[in-house]
Parts: sequence; C-alpha cells; structure tokens
Amino acid sequence: MSEKNEKTDRFDRLSVFKTYKLYVGGKFPRSESGRVYEVSDTKGNWLANAPLSSRKDARDAVVAARKAFGGWSGATAYNRGQILYRVAEMLEGRREQFVREVADAEGLSKSKAAAVVDATIDRWVWYAGWTDKIAQVVGGGNPVAGPFFNLSTPEPTGVVAVLAPQESSFLGLVSVVAPVIATGNTAIVIASERSPLPALSLGEVLATSDLPGGVVNVLSGRTAEIAAPLASHQDVNAIDLAGADDVLAKELEIAAADNLKRVLRPQAVDYSATPGIDRMTAFLETKTVWHPTGSLGASGSSY
Amino acid sequence: MASAFEYAPAPESRSVVDIAPSYGLFIDGEFVEAADGKVFKTVSPATEEVLSEIAQAGEADVDRAVRAARKAFEKWSALPGAERAKYLFRIARIIQERSRELAVLETLDNGKPIKETRDADLPLVAAHFFYYAGWADKLDHAGFGANPRPLGVAGQVIPWNFPLLMLAWKIAPALATGNTVVLKPAETTPLSALFFADICRQAGLPKGVVNILPGYGDAGAALVEHPDVDKVAFTGSTAVGKAIARQVAGTDKKVTLELGGKGANIVFDDAPIDQAVEGIVTGIFFNQGQVCCAGSRLLVQESIQDELLDSLKRRLSTLRLGDPLDKNTDIGAINSAEQLSRITTLVEAGEAEGAERWSPACELPSSGYWFAPTLFTNVTQAHTIARDEIFGPVLSVLSFRTPDEAVAKANNSQYGLSAGIWTEKGSRILAVAGKLRAGVIWSNTFNKFDPTSPFGGYKESGFGREGGRHGLEAYLDV
Repeated sequence: MSEKNEKTDRFDRLSVFKTYKLYVGGKFPRSESGRVYEVSDTKGNWLANAPLSSRKDARDAVVAARKAFGGWSGATAYNRGQILYRVAEMLEGRREQFVREVADAEGLSKSKAAAVVDATIDRWVWYAGWTDKIAQVVGGGNPVAGPFFNLSTPEPTGVVAVLAPQESSFLGLVSVVAPVIATGNTAIVIASERSPLPALSLGEVLATSDLPGGVVNVLSGRTAEIAAPLASHQDVNAIDLAGADDVLAKELEIAAADNLKRVLRPQAVDYSATPGIDRMTAFLETKTVWHPTGSLGASGSSY
Repeated sequence: MASAFEYAPAPESRSVVDIAPSYGLFIDGEFVEAADGKVFKTVSPATEEVLSEIAQAGEADVDRAVRAARKAFEKWSALPGAERAKYLFRIARIIQERSRELAVLETLDNGKPIKETRDADLPLVAAHFFYYAGWADKLDHAGFGANPRPLGVAGQVIPWNFPLLMLAWKIAPALATGNTVVLKPAETTPLSALFFADICRQAGLPKGVVNILPGYGDAGAALVEHPDVDKVAFTGSTAVGKAIARQVAGTDKKVTLELGGKGANIVFDDAPIDQAVEGIVTGIFFNQGQVCCAGSRLLVQESIQDELLDSLKRRLSTLRLGDPLDKNTDIGAINSAEQLSRITTLVEAGEAEGAERWSPACELPSSGYWFAPTLFTNVTQAHTIARDEIFGPVLSVLSFRTPDEAVAKANNSQYGLSAGIWTEKGSRILAVAGKLRAGVIWSNTFNKFDPTSPFGGYKESGFGREGGRHGLEAYLDV
C-alpha cells in the first residue's frame, strides 16, 4: 500500500485504490451503516478506509453462517479438506499482496512479512490435512459392559463467532479461523481492529476457493461493538475470545452464558509454534450413539 | 384396570443400613459441625419420615474445605499414578462390598425403587471408580499429550436424582487425574455422600483429598465462587448452569455443566412395537422420570400412533407404584414436596393448554410424595409440556409423518442432551442419528449408561463430557 502512495506522486500513472469491503454470505457488502474508519500503517500513514461494521452487519453474518452450516457440516471430511487446500493454493497465488499488507499492518520488513505469510499458508495446509483425521483422533468405539455397540463421534458445534487476535493480523487470524471451519463449523470473524486489511483480503481468497458462501464471514470495525451482539446472539453456538482484552472478554463471557455458548477464553499463544488440536476440540461436540448388538445368553442366540 | 398380577409385598430389609441420628460435614478427613452450627433434616420421600439431621454447610465451611483440599492437593497430585489408582480400586471394591447397604440407603433417602438402586445405580457407581482407577497411571496415553497436569481443587455440585452415581461421575475422574475435591450433595439427598466419606476412610484415602459439604444452593454458589477453586463441575438445572457460567466468567476456572434435557424418543413405523414400548417406559418412567436425559417427548409416526398408544397404555397399567423398598416396585416416590409441586404445576399447564391427560388406575400412598405415571396426547410443539423439562413421570406424545419432520421436531428444543430412535432400518438409524443435535443417542434402546462412554449435551444442555477418555479432559490442564 505504501508503494501505492508513492505512485500517487507520479504523474504518468495513478494507481488503483482498493475499496475494502466486508465478506458476508459469499458477497462483498459495504457496512449497512455506511460507515468507514481510517486504517493506517504502524507509522501512521493512511492505507485505506475499512468498513466500520454495525450490529446489523453482525446479525446478517449470523444469518449467513447459519444458512451455510448444514451444507458445510454435512460435506464429507475429504471434501472439506480439498476445499481448505484450495484456499492455500489461492493464498500462495496472492502471496505478494499479503506480504505487502502484513508488512504495512505489522510494521515488518519485507522479508519478515514474507516469512509470516509463508507460515500462514503452511498453517492453512496443516489444517486442510486435519479435516478427515480429527474424528479418528478424538472419537472412537467404547467398550461398553453390555450387549451394545456404541460409538463416539465429534461434530461441529455450529456457528462460531471468532474475535481474531489484535496483533497478529494474518498468521493469528488464520490460526483461529482455520481450525473452526476445518471441523465443519461456520464462522463470523471480527478482524483485528487496527489492522483489518489482511483479513478483508482473505475474504477475497475464500470467495475464489470453492468455499461455500457464508462458511466464513469477515467483519471489520470496532471489536467490542461487533462482538457484543454476537456474544448475546441466541443463534450463535460458540465464541472464541482470542482478540478480546480481559475486561471485554469477561463481559462477553457473561453475555455468552445466556444460551450457554461454548467459550474459548483469551490465552497467551505463540502463533508461530505448531498448534495443538485444542482450537479444534474447543468447538466440537461429542455425540455417542448406542445400539444393541444382541447377546449370546445361556439359552443361545438372541439375534 | 385390576392387575392380573397380584404380588405379595416383598420389601428389602432396612436392617442392612445403620443411619445415625445426625451427621457432620466431612472436612479434612473428619466429621465436623458447621461453623454456624446450622443443621437441616433429610426425610424419606416415600414416608416423610425424618432419617437424620445433617450439618448445613455455609460460606465459612466452604472456605475451610477448600483450604483442606488445597493442602491435600500438593501430596495427592505428586503421588505416582499407580498409587492413586490403587486407592480408587480400593474404593470401587468397598462400594461393591457395601452395595446392598448403599442401595437401601439411597432408596430411603431418594425415594427411587430398590430395583433401580440395586441393579442400576450401585453397579454403575462401582464401575465408574473401577474404570477411572485404571486411567490414573495411564494419563500419558489418554491423548492429551505427555504428562498432563491436574488442575487443583475441584468444586463439584451434584443433584438429587442419582446422588451416589453423580458423586462417582464427579469424584472418580477428579481423583484419577490428581485433583482434590470439595463436593456438595443436594440438600434432599445428602446421606449416600456421607456414607461415601466413610468409604474414603475405610480405603485409607489421605485426609482432605475428598471433602463433602451437605447444604443448600448458597453453599454451592460459595463453592463455585471460591477464588481457590480451579475447576467447577455441576450437574443440575439449566437455569443454575447459566448462573454458574456467569459466575466463572473472567476467571481461570475450568467448567463443565451437565444440564437439563427434553429428549425426543422417535418411533418409526417399522419399529418393533413391543420393544419400543419397553424403551418408552424406560425412557420416561425410569427414576420417576427424574432424569435429565429422559425420553420425555415421544415422537411417533402417525401411521402407528394408535397401535403404539394402545400398547403403551396397556403396559403402563401393569406398572406397580408404591413402597420403594419393595423389590417389585417399578415407580417410587418423587424426591421432594418441592419437586412434586413443580411437576403438578407443569401438568396443570398441559391440561390448561388443551393437551389430553391420561394415567392408569393408580392408587397413591397416603403419605409421601407421589405422582402417577402420566401421558399427554394432542400435544403440539408450542405446548409448555413439549418445551419445558418436567423432570417427572410425564410423557408428552407428538406425531410425525416423515423422517425429516421427526428430525425437525426433535431438534426444536433449547436442549440437546439425548434422543432415541426406534426402527429396524439400519440406514435410517444412522441417517437420523447423524442429524439429531444431541450428545447421546440410543437406537433401539434407551437410558443406557456406561463409564467408558462419554455423556453430555449439545446446546443448552451444557458443555463438556463425563465418562470415557473424554471425561478426563475436564480435570486436566489441557
């Protein structure tokens, strides 16, 4: 972006600015409120005007995420893995753009930003490989003391509101979004308040990656303002508070109790380290299904 | 109708259990009085006879017990897993040895039939300790990484419907993983937990590892709020569960909640009717329906509704209600006057909203708290009795035409704990089970429990799982 600004000083060609938009239900709306806010780099230079989402945008995103849930959670794990891998392919293709955006957002040198973007793409690939393995790792048959067959399977909890980390605008973002959707949930993501541009660009990548519309919805704006209606929304099943400070996190956790949302509290995370499976299991339910097997009693067969 | 089976009374002897006239709180290995000297009485719901006078825990007692548990935690968590396992195996064995005594005690204090305490509760209680005993020295292999650590002091609050079983569900995994425990049993059923304290003594369990604080909701709230409690485990109503979720917000406390349910028991037209009828009866009349995962909504395919209801009514007419200590009793007493009035209020709402009430001819004993097995037909999804948890022997019958409609109706609930599916078609079982938003699904059976099997709800039925490998997670720092 800073490059773009430099170009505006030249007379031969004016660069084309991008109007950053939200990503909701597979479409790119402006905020219904018509509001924007200034996004600048770490030195204070203006980068773009990002949408300042409203409560209504948050509620629209919930509707989109709910609508997408049946199809996405019902897709085969293999299919979900294929689509997530395709996201990584698209990210790789836009690598230069993200390097620029991450460098501006986080005040990193080109090479450091490139390392962050590479790690982010690798992170996405890592989660793409999890879709068809998590059930084998955390589910399974239970040796019941009786004539029953009984199987525990993990299932997505539903619509998950994700407050993306504030500092790590891209690697942190992907580290909290990918596990939520890899397991079949749908997500409403609130981008880093100060550095929302990589998240909004991620929306463009997702739109071109065979990911059904509504599976991931990206909102930018004031985290506290957007998170409040999501935390109290009766059709949201879980909330990841990664991007909330302690005061906001407590407030949102109290609101989330109203329909017993699953809550992942903020915690110190090193996003550059290999993640465990916690961010996936936090948004999974375990379903245990029983069936009689018939038994061989003293009098012989009962089947 | 006059029963074809006239049974002579066959009461289990009370002489196997010796109930003291009074009990203290169990803190740091000792029975002690409450700090403020308060006591309450526990009665037999079948006769209203006072069984014993119990010390009533208050805030000061909670603090004392948590401090005892904290002190004990240091040594208990440092013990090799194999040693902790041996304590738990001892407890499991002592429970087995004393199971007849405990079964009679539980029946007296809770009002449930001896048949159920003897054949369901007690075997499961022992099995839970036995199962989790075996995990204590194998935690490295439980899938939570190497050397997973305990959380510290677990504050546990349990309900009155399965007093000793809920204790086992809470205490066995907590101790196996190296935590220490402060447990508050329900005010109407404190006795079996106090007898468990004696079992801990017999097993030689170190002082302070298990503390038992009989008391009311205020003691439970104080326990949940105590700053030195690291883990909160609660089984009970959704309303209290939500209050707890608010209480722990912004803290580091790990929480699991096992809350209410309004389980759908779905009977398809190809189901074996006689088996389904038995399953429906088990689903809603087991433990007088005072079961969070009860199959309290019967969804029956329209084409077989009349046939099924005829069979069901015929079967209900053979249930025997009365003295819980009688070995032939199917339906015992409701746990308390308070619960009885809650059931009565909801049933009156059902009638007022136009549902049709039916009960078999059934004589209720003149003292104690009793409610006849009841079923409602002409129930719609909008009816209170189709939405609210009644927690009593009351079945609401709804019908459906297609599997999709059955799924939609079953999922039309704030709860998501259990469901039942009755059909001979395997693909239908798997398809429907996959679509139901519930934590436990019984196909062609109902209300089966096992320590190896994760149990817990979706949606407002709470979070976390108890039982199985999954049950360990709640007590580990993972």
